[in-house]
Amino acid sequence: MTTTTIIGLEVHVQLLTNSKIFCGCSSAFNPHQPNVQTCPVCLGLPGSLPVMNRRAFELAVKTALALNCDIAPFTKWDRKQYYYPDLPKGYQISQYDLPFSDDGALEIEVGGEGGGTRKIGIIRAHLEEDAGKNVHDETGRGTDSQVDLNRAGTPLLEIVSQPDLRSPQEAKRYLEELKLLLTYLNVSDCNMQEGSLRCDANVNLHIHQDDGHKVATPIVEIKNLNSFRNVELAIEFEVKRQYEEWEKTGKKMGEVAKETRGWDAARGKTVPQRGKEEASDYRYFPDPDLVPVTVSAELLDSIRATLCEFPADRRERFKGTYGLSDYDARVTVDQGQAFADYFEEVAGLCGDGKQACNWVTQDVLREMNERNLSIGEFPIRAAVLGNLLERIAKKQITIKSAREVFLELLAENPSRRPISSAHIDQIIAEKGLALVTDTGELEGVIAEVVGKNPKAVADFKAGKQAAVGALIGQVMKAVKGADPQTVRTMLVEKLGNP
Amino acid sequence: MSILGATAGELVKRLDRGDVTSIDVTTAYLEAIAAADGKVNAFLHVNRDKALEQARAIDEKRRRGQCVGALGGLPVAIKDVICTQGEPTTCGSRMLERFVPPYDAHVISRLREADAVLIGRTNMDEFAMGSSTENSAYKTTSNPWDLTRTPGGSSGGSAAAVAACMAPLALGSDTGGSIRQPAGFCGVVGMKPTYGRVSRYGLVAYASSLDQIGPFANDVGGAALLLETIAGHDHRDSTSVAAAVPEYSRTVEEPLTGLRIGIAKEHFVSGLDQQVEAAIRNALEVYRSLGAEIKEVSLPHSKYAVAVYYIVAPSEASSNLARYDGVHYGHRAAHFDNMIDMYCASRAEGFGAEVKRRIMLGTYALSAGYYDAYYLKALKVRRLIRNDFDAAFREVDVIASPVAPTPAFKIGELVNDPLAMYLSDIYTISANLAGLPGISIPAGFSQTNLPIGLQLLAPPFEEERLLRAARMFERETDWHRRRPASAPG
Repeated sequence: MTTTTIIGLEVHVQLLTNSKIFCGCSSAFNPHQPNVQTCPVCLGLPGSLPVMNRRAFELAVKTALALNCDIAPFTKWDRKQYYYPDLPKGYQISQYDLPFSDDGALEIEVGGEGGGTRKIGIIRAHLEEDAGKNVHDETGRGTDSQVDLNRAGTPLLEIVSQPDLRSPQEAKRYLEELKLLLTYLNVSDCNMQEGSLRCDANVNLHIHQDDGHKVATPIVEIKNLNSFRNVELAIEFEVKRQYEEWEKTGKKMGEVAKETRGWDAARGKTVPQRGKEEASDYRYFPDPDLVPVTVSAELLDSIRATLCEFPADRRERFKGTYGLSDYDARVTVDQGQAFADYFEEVAGLCGDGKQACNWVTQDVLREMNERNLSIGEFPIRAAVLGNLLERIAKKQITIKSAREVFLELLAENPSRRPISSAHIDQIIAEKGLALVTDTGELEGVIAEVVGKNPKAVADFKAGKQAAVGALIGQVMKAVKGADPQTVRTMLVEKLGNP
Repeated sequence: MSILGATAGELVKRLDRGDVTSIDVTTAYLEAIAAADGKVNAFLHVNRDKALEQARAIDEKRRRGQCVGALGGLPVAIKDVICTQGEPTTCGSRMLERFVPPYDAHVISRLREADAVLIGRTNMDEFAMGSSTENSAYKTTSNPWDLTRTPGGSSGGSAAAVAACMAPLALGSDTGGSIRQPAGFCGVVGMKPTYGRVSRYGLVAYASSLDQIGPFANDVGGAALLLETIAGHDHRDSTSVAAAVPEYSRTVEEPLTGLRIGIAKEHFVSGLDQQVEAAIRNALEVYRSLGAEIKEVSLPHSKYAVAVYYIVAPSEASSNLARYDGVHYGHRAAHFDNMIDMYCASRAEGFGAEVKRRIMLGTYALSAGYYDAYYLKALKVRRLIRNDFDAAFREVDVIASPVAPTPAFKIGELVNDPLAMYLSDIYTISANLAGLPGISIPAGFSQTNLPIGLQLLAPPFEEERLLRAARMFERETDWHRRRPASAPG
């Protein structure tokens, strides 16, 4: 008996507009001053009317295009009706039967090196308004709940995937790729802590029995997933739980109502949620306060013109242009657009993509993480690092010396003054790191080292190639910027070929 | 010449000439309200001091030689469904008893710019649902021509205020006839503009795809003047149309030559009061004498109009009124057990019977499993009704009909018979479903001295044609000059 995990994700993304979707209020995240970013429209006051924010629509279309969706030439707004204190009109303006886009796909990389890619279908993407936020007393003193409507009316893009994901890891990978794409498009800041990216997961199992029959377990929707890690953990838990539940009860899909469960991160389990979904009838109907939107070919062209290179394309280009491996291309691109831009600038300046990638994904990333800095905040700008690496390529310093300069640049920068290439010259001069290819200077040192190490010399002469390494090390120690290649050549010459 | 009972045009002229001041005019109407409204009950709220303050400011402006707006100090009464900053806006409902909007409706901003004096808030059926103004949570308005009869509705307060000379102009809202039917019952001019002609921003919604704000006046010129003030595009209402607004008050005096008037055979059937029919036939003779051609047209789907309306309007209403849940504003029950109970108790206490009836109708029509059979079907028939009009208007310029099947009915007569009440809008509802402009003008009196109205309908955005056609008739008749005995002055 084998099982297949079936996962579909619903992702809600707040779009990066200045103002809300149906009024002019700011849509900035502001939990500390409740209800200041409100007006009659987003408060749902009697007599107020919504007017569509064109920018929100354009950002939504841009995203849908990047997800390879079809864009409907005609789309409309519907009211989704339910009562909740954070929903001041008693309905949410959303899109029901004619979403502005559908039938797209997002390609994700699966497995490790050479694992290939898989296309995850996108059922639809539609635009709607966000609700406000109910703030409950969490001290247990039971005081009244309060409602903050700052968030009410923030443009929200809902992206619904096909149930094409087959493991918790794939689900996480899909979310990472989606987030990366959204940040590349600059349509959302995707900040999960602030709620600008939210995810619900629909999960069930297909159990393939030994007699060839396939059984589907009831679909469960998991909510309250506030990080990608939690999405992965919650689905892992749910897979196990559903299998055990099936073994216990034998209940199949269709035999019980769709269940909504919440992820309890502290206890590491999903728990049943009081069913808002239960027998819900949202009584959708077209919003008579808004006019349908027609999308012209000109509008589509103008939005298409704003599309940038997508992460997947960029990875391919990095492999081709800079000779990066699958792994390196992924690490470089997945860190975000600014990071990949940084890499490209460094690679361009030093003319060695592989070298640049090593530095950026190892040294820079490590120091960024240690200092908790973003690439934008990292004190060594790409131009400076490019300059440093260029010196390696031009044999002005060794890689080892360059690392020393790199660390020195960071260390001597408590006041966060801008670091320039002049600092590199200064450090090289102070520490005497300039590569010494002057054979005159080296000759004396080599003679001295050879004299002091008769055993190694004898070994080398007896045919032990490795013995020369110890001698090179001693020369290098004595002459800081010595070029190891030059030293080796001179030593071998002095000792005579074995 | 008395101030009360003068037309808006006459008063504006006298104000402009300096014969009278806005203080004079406003004071005269405030005194008329004080004298007559105890019997008529047209007003829910009159802020005497605020009205006089506005009048004084406008007089001061004029005295300094500053430019004064088109209404130049003329009082206008406002149906209590149009948001006015700092003024109670109750919609005739307990639900909004203490609600004071923090903003002005678009039409109120326009009135302020035109230097109108906002003289008071008029009574209405709760949330504009009704045809008699008896569904107000606060008071029952009487018809100034017979205090035992209703003024019609839902804008009964505005119609009665103009009829009883308590205001020269008033604003109402018309979703299925709520301006034209009370105008007809009260013997004044009332007009529903084309859907999209006047911004709905700040009009508390009943049925969003049908609602439209329009003017009441005691003559066609007054209606033209007030419409000209409030019409035009507003970016805050997505359904508002960016079409140029003609100078109605200037062109209204120009008669139309070769006017073709349609009469629909479906309009002259059983249920139509004989005196009403006689008045309409008589009106057609007046038009014929002016050179108009009368042609029969057919509106075959008009028989479905009431049924379609009572699906579309309650459906939208059930959604529009969901916001009155006691959470953010409006009435909240004093006692409740939990959140759901708070919603239920607040709405049970805050809404009256007719509002609840329509919310239930609409909730049902939009429910899963019923949507296609009711709401979607109604939308399709709505389209057919519009197609009927489009076809008819290829043959004629305007369509004439009664405003209502009978003159004003008695207070209490139909309150227990909602279906009979719904039928009083049978001639007006189609215009809302089709989005057309319509006007009701005084066209006669019954044997018991009750006004009878003539309705004219025109194609979308042909308000100018409508007003000119109405004025042609008005010039030849003096029905509009009669004033009820209950009116002061």
